[in-house]
Amino acid sequence: MNPEFEHLYQALSKVDGFIYPNEIELSWSVLIVLYPFITGLVAGAFILASLERVFNVKSLKPTYVIALLTAFSFMLVATMPLVFHLGQPFRAWEIMITPHLTSAMAIFGFVYLWYLMVVLLLEIWFDYRYDLVIWSKTATGFKRIVYKALSLGSDDISPKSVKLDDRLGYIVTVIGIPSAFMLHGYVGFIFGSIKANPWWSTVMMPIIFLFSAMVSGIALVMVLFIVINYIRKQKIDMLCLDTIAKYLFYIIIIDFTMESLDQVHRFYEAEESFEIISLLISGHLNFTLLVMQIGIGMLLPLGTLGILQFYKPAEHIRRTIYLIVGVLVLIGIFFMRWNVVIGGQLFSKSFLGFTSFKLSLIGSEGFLMASIWLVVPFFILTFLLWLFPPWKKTSVEH
Amino acid sequence: MTEKRTSLSRRNFFRNAGIAAGTLVAASTLPAFDAVLFAAVKRNTKGPWYGIAIDIEKCIGCGTCAKTCKIENDVPREPFFFRSWVEQYTILKDGSIKVVSPNGGIDGFTQTVPADDIEKTFFVPKMCNHCAKSPCVQVCPVGATFETEEGIVLIDEKYCIGCKYCVQACPYGCRYFHPDKHVVDKCTLCFHRVKKGLNPACMDNCPTKARISGDLNDPESTISKFIRTRNVYVLKPHLNTGSKLYYNALNQEVR
Repeated sequence: MNPEFEHLYQALSKVDGFIYPNEIELSWSVLIVLYPFITGLVAGAFILASLERVFNVKSLKPTYVIALLTAFSFMLVATMPLVFHLGQPFRAWEIMITPHLTSAMAIFGFVYLWYLMVVLLLEIWFDYRYDLVIWSKTATGFKRIVYKALSLGSDDISPKSVKLDDRLGYIVTVIGIPSAFMLHGYVGFIFGSIKANPWWSTVMMPIIFLFSAMVSGIALVMVLFIVINYIRKQKIDMLCLDTIAKYLFYIIIIDFTMESLDQVHRFYEAEESFEIISLLISGHLNFTLLVMQIGIGMLLPLGTLGILQFYKPAEHIRRTIYLIVGVLVLIGIFFMRWNVVIGGQLFSKSFLGFTSFKLSLIGSEGFLMASIWLVVPFFILTFLLWLFPPWKKTSVEH
Repeated sequence: MTEKRTSLSRRNFFRNAGIAAGTLVAASTLPAFDAVLFAAVKRNTKGPWYGIAIDIEKCIGCGTCAKTCKIENDVPREPFFFRSWVEQYTILKDGSIKVVSPNGGIDGFTQTVPADDIEKTFFVPKMCNHCAKSPCVQVCPVGATFETEEGIVLIDEKYCIGCKYCVQACPYGCRYFHPDKHVVDKCTLCFHRVKKGLNPACMDNCPTKARISGDLNDPESTISKFIRTRNVYVLKPHLNTGSKLYYNALNQEVR
């Protein structure tokens, strides 16, 4: 036996029922689980930032820049799992050069570039321009060079130009909100438009992806806000934290409603695929879906946050609860992506059986590689927070 | 002064309304946006347009088609990669369905259900349906998989980026990821043979002549006559893939 195919022979022995012979190996593995997870964090964090900027939720101000830098850090990494899962990674650029316009996936490059270059980068730049000019005069060494370069040769910090920055930043944010919706709704469409797969093919998929993205992004910024304040030994702004938690609570309710509606509809209509999907949920996905995604990742945080809307324990207890809730929500949304991507490939398109999936430890699609892509954004964020400390920014009223 | 402003705004209104109406009229003459209306493409009516027909009543489940295909097209021999395979359906008296395809049927089949329990049993050879509205072609992000003007769905292996989106989109499980080439591979209807006027290898080697391929545009071709005179069905018609693989005497249990 060729050792290259050993894992496939093992998978063959675990086939349950009948699957088409080409379906033994999953085409999309954990890297494609990461892709919607990371993109969702980007979109969610950005939407939290725009709550402050556009919808004028003043109490969220301390998280504004953190949320933007978080979105940017994860955005830089978002494409990496995609490129690395390709059979021909060196041909990845073809998707940008010769996009096939009937393909949902082909639009990714444009949506991504638009969001990264036009929305995120511009918004952060306009927000930091004033500080870059100041810092380029006060800082020394490496930092000074970076600030000088990023201020793009302009040192105009007259009130008029600062006002213009603010105005332009505002306009970019307004454009950014539908862009963030598009970015993640689009990721949902990649799955939702596959008519061959009844687990994916639902018109609700973009909406579910969007709201779960908001849930995960808000939870991430909440966790980071607590951790950053803890590391910096600063007293946390409790009003801000409570407000984030409140928005998280509302968005989880919407997300939960949408996901429930999708499942209820699926079960009530009970089409041809009903039986195999019931077996999928009660069997292969019972732990990752019922326990991790719905139980630990959704109902538990929902209940906890719900109670905290009425009953407010002491600040340090509340802070710890928020931290735990944030982490649970992130785990839950990760498993939501897992259940969509992996779950959708476990059953045969003949609806007559299941294949199995075992996450390997090493290899380009293994656990370690996936962990790297999850950890790298945090390093980027740490670097950005060091280079552009939000707490050293001159406070400019939006 | 007031009068002048009124007339100006009226003039503006007429001008803007004119522009809007003109744009609408011009836009209505444009062809529909193909990216969204993929499944509405018209079939090619000039020149040959290939389809396949398989007579289930003639298939004896010998697996020669699947074996021949692997040899002819250099498909990896391991039992995870198939351009063509055979499934054995057994419908039991209690109504349950048992389907098997050990090594794609290449090594033949052994019936494990006791004869007394069997209501009916038959073989279903499977291969690419060469759909006219292929979901796999629709989703390819770079256009590496395409439909030729003869209606054959092919992959440009020098162009495929290996994202496997097409594997997800094919409802029939006809595509696999080639372990050596690192691109997706599938049945080409033996394009290299068809272009020389030969039959696909699986058809020429079928001992019972259960498989036919040919020009659907020619009403006098064997396949056109076959489709006209039999009760033929395609797989998963509700998905509107425009499948051109027609089965004679296909049971509704087959998926």
